[in-house]
Amino acid sequence: MELFGLSIPLYGWQTVLGSAISGVFLGSIYALVALGLTLIYGVLHIINFAHGALLMLAMYGVYFLWRYFGIDPYLAMLVIVPAGFFFGYGLQRYVIGWASHGKDEIILLVTLGIAIVIENGALFFFTATERSVRVPYDLDGIDLGVTYAVYPELAALAGSLLITGGLWLFMTRTDTGKAIRAVARERQGARLVGINVDHIFAVTFGIGVACVAAAASLLVPTYPVHPQIGSLFVLIAFTVVVLGGMGSFVGALIGGLLIGVTEQLGRLYLGESLGLITVSLIFILVLLFRPNGLFGQKTGQGSS
Amino acid sequence: MSDRVRMTGWALLLLIFAAVPAFISSARWIDFLELTLFVAVLGQGWNILGGYGGQYSFGNAVFFGTGAYIQALLQYKLGIGPWAAMWFAVAGTVVVGAFIGYLSFRYGLRGSYFALITLAFSEAFLVLSRSLKSLTEGGRGVQLPLNQDPAQALAAFQFNFSDPFLRSYGFYYTILIILIVACALTWWMERSRFGAQLVAVRENEEAAEALGISAFRVKMGAICLAAAISAMAGIYYVQKFLYIEPGIAYGTGKSVEALFAPIIGGLGTVAGPLLGSFFIHGIGEIAKETLGRAMGDRPGIDLILFGSILILVLAFLPRGLAGLLESVCKRIGGGRDA
Amino acid sequence: MLEVRNVSKSFGGLQAVSNASLVVERGCIVSLIGPNGAGKTTLFALISGFLKPDAGNIGFDGTPISGLRPHQICRLGLVRTFQVVQPFVNLSVRENIAVGAHTRIAGRREALEKAADVAALTGMEKMLDQPAGALTIAGRKRLELARALATEPKLLLLDEVMAGLNATEVRELIGVVRDIRNAGVTILLIEHVMQAVMKLSDYTYVLNQGEMIARGTPEEVTCAPEVVEAYLGHGAAARIAIAGEADGV
Repeated sequence: MELFGLSIPLYGWQTVLGSAISGVFLGSIYALVALGLTLIYGVLHIINFAHGALLMLAMYGVYFLWRYFGIDPYLAMLVIVPAGFFFGYGLQRYVIGWASHGKDEIILLVTLGIAIVIENGALFFFTATERSVRVPYDLDGIDLGVTYAVYPELAALAGSLLITGGLWLFMTRTDTGKAIRAVARERQGARLVGINVDHIFAVTFGIGVACVAAAASLLVPTYPVHPQIGSLFVLIAFTVVVLGGMGSFVGALIGGLLIGVTEQLGRLYLGESLGLITVSLIFILVLLFRPNGLFGQKTGQGSS
Repeated sequence: MSDRVRMTGWALLLLIFAAVPAFISSARWIDFLELTLFVAVLGQGWNILGGYGGQYSFGNAVFFGTGAYIQALLQYKLGIGPWAAMWFAVAGTVVVGAFIGYLSFRYGLRGSYFALITLAFSEAFLVLSRSLKSLTEGGRGVQLPLNQDPAQALAAFQFNFSDPFLRSYGFYYTILIILIVACALTWWMERSRFGAQLVAVRENEEAAEALGISAFRVKMGAICLAAAISAMAGIYYVQKFLYIEPGIAYGTGKSVEALFAPIIGGLGTVAGPLLGSFFIHGIGEIAKETLGRAMGDRPGIDLILFGSILILVLAFLPRGLAGLLESVCKRIGGGRDA
Repeated sequence: MLEVRNVSKSFGGLQAVSNASLVVERGCIVSLIGPNGAGKTTLFALISGFLKPDAGNIGFDGTPISGLRPHQICRLGLVRTFQVVQPFVNLSVRENIAVGAHTRIAGRREALEKAADVAALTGMEKMLDQPAGALTIAGRKRLELARALATEPKLLLLDEVMAGLNATEVRELIGVVRDIRNAGVTILLIEHVMQAVMKLSDYTYVLNQGEMIARGTPEEVTCAPEVVEAYLGHGAAARIAIAGEADGV
C-alpha cells in the first residue's frame, strides 16, 4: 500500500498481534518508569527532568550489586528501593527545594542541572562502556503462539501492575498517602492544618525515586546499563505521563501500554527508525489538544 | 550604568576581540575562543525567547540543527554556493520557528508545557533526520566536499586551504561577526517597542494583553528572531566542520548548551550569554586540564561542573553574573557618590 | 459610548452574570456596585474581552466588541485595570507605564517621555525610577491607573482602585479620577468605598447575584429597598424603615 510516497507493508494478523503483544511488554516498562514521574508531577507540579538520570543511577546500583555481591537483580530491589527513597528525599529537601525558591520554571532548570550532573558523573566515573547482567533465566520464557515472551518481560508487566496497585493502596489507605493527596490538592490549606509540606514534598519525591529504582531492577535483566540509558526513556516517560493525565497512576499504566503498542506497530509499519516518530507525534498532539491527558477534561491550558 | 558607559564597554570589548590575532596565535586558544563565541550565539538565541520572553525552550537544537542541515544540504544536493545557501538556511529556520511557535502559542502552552513541546519537536526532528535517508543521508550525516583551491577559499566559505591568516583566524572572525550581529539585534530589541512588549508578556501576560499587547504576536516575533540567531550558529558549524549528522544537529546537547550560557551569565541581558559562556567554558577548560587529565582525559568533568554551577547560580544569583556585576558596580559607584 | 445588552455568563453550574444590561454615556463617571460575589469583576472581564459572554451583546462606540481579544479592545480605546494589581514587578515605574504608552506610540524614547507625563497626572512623578516591585499598595494602585491611562483610552474600567487605601490616599485618588474625566476620558468603576462612589459617580448600577437590580444616582440607589436588601439581607429594608419611623416618633 502506498501512502504519501511511503510504502506501507500489509501484514497478517499474527504478525500484527505479535507486535502488539510485544508492545504491551515494552509499554509496561514505560509505565514502570512513568509511575514515579507522574506521582512527582501530581503532587509537586514538578516536571522532573532528572528522572531518566535517576533511573540510570539506580540501574548502575542494581548492576554493581550483582557484579560485586552476586545479588540477583530482582532481589536487589530490597536494597535499591529504600536507597532510592532516601536519595530522592534528600534531593528534594536539600537540593531542589533549596535552590528553586519554589518557582516552577526554576525547578525545571534545577532538575535539568541535576540530570546533567548525574549523567556526566556516570560517564566520568563509570565510563561509556555498556554493562549487562547475565542471569540464568534471561532467555527462558513462554511461547504465546504469535510471539515469545521471556520471563524478565513477564516480570516487568507483573511489576508495573503491582506497583500501580501498591501506589493506589498507599495513597488511599495510609495517613502519609492521605497527607500527600491533601498537599497535592491544596498546599496552603494543608500547611494550615499542620501538615509539614516540605517534609511531604520530600517524601513524595522519595517515593517517586523509589518507584524508578524498582523499575531499574526490573529493567536490568533486559537492558544494558550505560550513562545514556536514562535519556532513552525520559522523553517517552514524559509522553506517558502527559497522555495518562499528569498525576494519575492508572493513566500512567494505560498510557504506557498505549505508547508501547503504538511504538511497536509504528516500527512494524514505518520501519525501525521512522517508527519512533509515532511517540514524538503523540506527545506533540497530546500537549496541544489534551494537555490534561486523554482522561482529563480539556480545560486548563498549561501554565507555569 | 548609563548607556554611554555600556557603549564604551562594548566598544572596548569589540576592540579586544577584533585584535585577538595580535596577541593569540595558539590554535588551541583560538579554538577555545571560537567555541566560547559559538556557545554565546546559541545562548543569545535562547536568551531572546527565554530571557526576554520568559518562554523556556528545551529544544533550541531544532533551530541550530535546521539551520545547519539547510546550509549543508543546499550545497550537497543542489550545489548552491554557501553564501547563497546562508539566506535560505536562516529563512527556512525562521519558518520552522514560526511553525513551532504558532502551534505552541496558539494553544496557549506556557511554562513547563512549552519546555516539553520544544523538547518533543527536537526529538521529532532527530528521528526524521535519522530516518529520511533520501533527504538527509540518515545517521551517516552529510559530508561537504573540501575545497582545495586557495583562490576559491572565500567563495567556498572554507579556509582550510587559504592564506595563513585566514586559515588561522577565518572562522574566528566568522563567529565573531555572527555574535556581533546577534548582540546588535538583541541590543536593538531591548530598546524597541517590540522588546518592551516582550518583557511585559514575560512579566505578566494578562496585564500585557489588557494594555493592548497581542501576546501571541510578540511571542511569535521572539521565536522567529531566536530561530534566526540559532540558525546562524548552525551555518558557522557546517562551514567550519563541513559535516553535520542528526545527533549533533538535533541531540539534546545543543539545547542544553544554549540555555546554560544566558542563565548563568544573566537572563534578559545583552551581555549575559557571552559572560556565561566565557565563565563556564573557562572553568570547563581548567577542569579538563587538571582533574580530567588526572583521570586519564575522561569525558564528562566539564559538564558535571556546568550542571553544578547552573544549580548554584539558580540558588544564589537569580540575575546571573551580569546581575552580580551590576550590583558590584553600583556599590562601588554608590560609595563614590557618598 | 458603552452598551452592554442582556449579557450572561456562567461557570459550570454557577450563573455569574445573568441577563445584565448597562449603558455608559460619553463623559460620565458611572459606578457599578454590589455585594461581594455579585459578578462585578466578571462583568468587567466580559466587557474587556478576557471572558466571552454566553449570550448578549457588548457595543463600544458603535462597534460590537464581544468576541474580540483584550488587546484588540484596548486598541479601540477601552482599557481595564485589575482588582488584584498586576504590575510588571521587575520593571521600573517608568518602564511599566511606557508599556501602556506603546499601544499608541512606536518609538521607545517617545513612549518613555509619555510615561513621565502620565506619571505626573497620577502623582507618581517622584517614583519613576523605582522598581514596581518596591511600591506600596497605594503606589501599585496608582501605577495600575497610570499604565491604563497611558494607552490613551476613551473609556477606562477601574476595578476597585480605592480598596486598601487610607482616607488621605482615597481623597487624593478621587481628585485624580476626576481630573482624568475632565481630560475627556469616560469612566466605569467598580467600587466598595462608598465615599468615592458618592463623590464621583454621575449614576450608579447595582449588581446582585449576577443580575442588575437598580440604576440611578448614588443617592437614589442607596435608598432603594432592593439594594439595601441585597447588601444587608432579606427583610432589612423593612426593618430599617420601621426603625426610622420609631426614631421619628
